[in-house]
Amino acid sequence: MSFRQEIRLSGSGGQGLILVGKVLAEAAAIYDGLNATQSQSYGPEARGGASRSEVIISDGDIEYPKAENLDILLALTQEACNKYHKDLKAGGILIVDEKMVKTIPDKDYKVVQLPIIKSATERLGKFIVANIVSLGIIVKISEVVSEESIRHAIKARVPKGTEELNLKAFDEGMALAEEWLNAHSG
Amino acid sequence: MSNNSTAKLMQGNVAIAHGAIAAGCRFFAGYPITPSSEIAEVLSKELPAVDGTFIQMEDEIASIGAVVGASIAGAKSMTATSGPGFSLKQENLGMAVMAEVPLVVVDVQRGGPSTGLPTKGSQGDVMQARWGTHGDHPIIAIAPSSVEECYDMTIRAFNLAEQYRTPVIILTDEIIAHLTEKIEIKPASKIELYNRGKPNVAPEKYLPYKLTESGIPPMANFGEGYRYHITGLVHDETGFPTNDEKEAHRQLMRLNTKFDQHMDSILDYEEINTKNMDLLLVSYGAPARSAKRAMKIMQKQGVNAGYLRLKTIWPFATDKIKKLSRKVDTIIVPEMNLGQIAGEIERYIPDNTEIIRVNHVNGEAIKPQEIVNAMIKKD
Repeated sequence: MSFRQEIRLSGSGGQGLILVGKVLAEAAAIYDGLNATQSQSYGPEARGGASRSEVIISDGDIEYPKAENLDILLALTQEACNKYHKDLKAGGILIVDEKMVKTIPDKDYKVVQLPIIKSATERLGKFIVANIVSLGIIVKISEVVSEESIRHAIKARVPKGTEELNLKAFDEGMALAEEWLNAHSG
Repeated sequence: MSNNSTAKLMQGNVAIAHGAIAAGCRFFAGYPITPSSEIAEVLSKELPAVDGTFIQMEDEIASIGAVVGASIAGAKSMTATSGPGFSLKQENLGMAVMAEVPLVVVDVQRGGPSTGLPTKGSQGDVMQARWGTHGDHPIIAIAPSSVEECYDMTIRAFNLAEQYRTPVIILTDEIIAHLTEKIEIKPASKIELYNRGKPNVAPEKYLPYKLTESGIPPMANFGEGYRYHITGLVHDETGFPTNDEKEAHRQLMRLNTKFDQHMDSILDYEEINTKNMDLLLVSYGAPARSAKRAMKIMQKQGVNAGYLRLKTIWPFATDKIKKLSRKVDTIIVPEMNLGQIAGEIERYIPDNTEIIRVNHVNGEAIKPQEIVNAMIKKD
């Protein structure tokens, strides 16, 4: 039986969630030798509006490339959390920004509430890298792709000249997730 | 960690652009429109790098006009658009059909009618591709279902256009065009390319619309010493207009039957488990992926489902549909419109074969389970 992991990255347009999806898919498909698809859904606006990016990772064929039974949901806005949490499977992982998402649905999820945007803004000085901080959290908590592969994929996919900043943002996310894992172990 | 160097993670639209370069496309004129714009974006960088020409025109009408002209001058040429732009191109598309000018039009379908749902997927242009331009005419339209096929089918589109002196439409959809997945890029040595047949007679003896055995007259490029007339009017073998009813009949019948003896090479489909089946799924483009998944779910549930994916949409696979429909009493047709291909299938199947339509026009992909449920509801 082949495995199929479904990840949805949701928030508002302009947060860089489509890029995160492509980095995850590249790490899985090119460096980890699995199959992966990335798809997206967004409105006609250049910025703002609901945006979602989906990644399917599998060791088998991926016929249907959209997510419908999520293993992981990242929600960077309350609206996204409200809209998509019902697609999470029981025991799935819900990762939210603690400031943007205050109301958490009370269901059988693993809820990971972290200061994603605050870390990007205050520790890295760039609000825009909140997407890659989120990626660090996803990779550390889910281990869906290898750390080495994701670092290669980040370097290959982010704009030239921003590799160092983005790798730092990734480390920041990994560190946030590690603290969370230590606090929630056992 | 393995890093297979020929595998790349690529978006469907990007694959279409690279496939065009690999096919020998050296001229692109277009006007940006969601969800097709990445094709123009990539070609604006890639074409100049191979001494090709990229022009962003003032609108869609001028874009296809430029493409017709570039092709007549000998360049393999393409434009890309979506539903609203495809509507605008219909007049010049008809001119290209009539004058038998090879070219490729990519239509990345989005929700319609009119400006519709700009960022959402659709298959609403199936009939526009067939009958959008007026008058009886032949047309070829092909539909990819994966990013790898976006690349391969773009090469095929240019080959068909050159072989059969015809416009070819790549009828893709937002879901496939904006899907990013792994593809294996074939080395140039493994890609077969066709070029238009050139005249082998002296310029003064050349007849650009000669009634040849193959139905496809050789085509001289402008600027190569062969002077001839090109018009949208009905013309005789020389290319000059004619009102003679016998000649008009002769030329229009040649035009409308010119694919007939080449159907084996033009038609392409994927077939799974159609030898002994109890039920048939027919699909194309993005929903074909859901249909394949649905077939596997059905088979697990003990339903002997077969699968036919139309890779060539037009001309229609009439004989194949006739043959397969006799083996089943139910055909399920999932498509992102209100049954444009289901209606076409209906024309060719026995009265006692039932068609179950699974349709979306809201821009969202059809889920495999919806297809399975449609079958269960029927039972």
